[in-house]
Amino acid sequence: MSAPENQDAVVPPAVEATVPTPVVPAEVVAAPTPAVAPEVALAPEPVPEVPVATSKVQPQPYWNSYVAGVALGLVLLAAFVVTGRGLGASGAVTRMAAYSLQSLEASVKGGTAAAGDTIARRNEYTGQYLKGPADPLDDFLVYMFIGVVAGGFISGVLSRRASFEIARGPHTTNMRRLAFAALGGFISAYGARLARGCTSGQALTGGATLALGSWAFMFAVFAGGYAIAYFVRKEWL
Amino acid sequence: MDPIAPLSKVGEWGPNALIIAAGLLGVGFGFVLERAGFGNARTLAGQWYGYNFAVLRVMFTAIVVAMVGLFGLWYLGVVDLSAVYVNDTFLWPQIVGGVIFGIGFGVGQYCPGTAVVACATGKIDAITFMGGFFVGLIAFFFSYDTIAPFYASSSMGRVMLHEWLGVPAGVVVLAVVVVALGAFGLTHVIDRRFALKRGTS
Repeated sequence: MSAPENQDAVVPPAVEATVPTPVVPAEVVAAPTPAVAPEVALAPEPVPEVPVATSKVQPQPYWNSYVAGVALGLVLLAAFVVTGRGLGASGAVTRMAAYSLQSLEASVKGGTAAAGDTIARRNEYTGQYLKGPADPLDDFLVYMFIGVVAGGFISGVLSRRASFEIARGPHTTNMRRLAFAALGGFISAYGARLARGCTSGQALTGGATLALGSWAFMFAVFAGGYAIAYFVRKEWL
Repeated sequence: MDPIAPLSKVGEWGPNALIIAAGLLGVGFGFVLERAGFGNARTLAGQWYGYNFAVLRVMFTAIVVAMVGLFGLWYLGVVDLSAVYVNDTFLWPQIVGGVIFGIGFGVGQYCPGTAVVACATGKIDAITFMGGFFVGLIAFFFSYDTIAPFYASSSMGRVMLHEWLGVPAGVVVLAVVVVALGAFGLTHVIDRRFALKRGTS
């Protein structure tokens, strides 16, 4: 990436704010990589005033939300057209958890348990993945999960957002943030399993296919989120 | 003309082609989530406190684009909608699960997909989120016997909103577009209020 190009696309306020090194412009411009270019062209279309409205709170290197939304919508549409299925995230993790449970018991008890009767196989829920000859990890959603890890990593590296850090509010501690994140993960796992999916598999995919229960799920998620937001506001405000 | 999509079903793809498709779709999914800012809990938390409505804007834009595309292609006869997977409805488990999921979202400020992307870009809080998620799954597995009757309750099968309402699909598609545009407008009104408040104080 050449220097003159960089200066054209730079967003001035964010530059000083981020890193005080001479190479800073590159950091800010890193976002418009070749892969990004087609989406950037869409930028003015949906709602032109957005960058102004959000520039104060949203770091510039991220895509405009409507641009990102169109891109995400096209990925989802491609999933429908190509595979007849949508996107998903929690399903893969569920399979991995079931598989781990099985492997753990098998390794503790020795080789015989792997083939035989284990807690995870007897469990009505995990049993559906573990009974039968099929490898529980040989699944559409697991391959998609691997892709999500790769895609997120590629984007993070290209935009220089990949770094070890703890994302938290200004008035909380790192330990509190890590604990709240773990607790939130625990709670949302239970909810996702009960609802048979998460934001991707239910809200996004089910929403776009107009599935009745997915729309009920989506409104319930927003209700739950806003209901708890007041009580944990000190973590973020 | 006969529908040509879903390609994998019409073309009777083998497992390897589907694996590649799933992986590539995942790459696109993860890439866009990161670009949207969803690899950072601060972006996601903005939804609940009104300082950043990226979650609502990205999600509803994506739903509208995919929905209009899918139903448009169905209308044109390109896609066989009956071969597209539509989540079965289990109304009450989905409502209760949704509220629990939303509470978890509000406490942890990630959901599974965004947490995976955040983990991939080194967010340590996302790693503990996924740790908690893993334990939560185990808790679900071991309480499944108890909650199984509720889990299977209010089963309605494959129901789409327009079927449920007894109206043509186009009506619901249009209604969703209108509601989404209204929601977008509302977020910009709130943004302006916030900006004014900061300007005067």
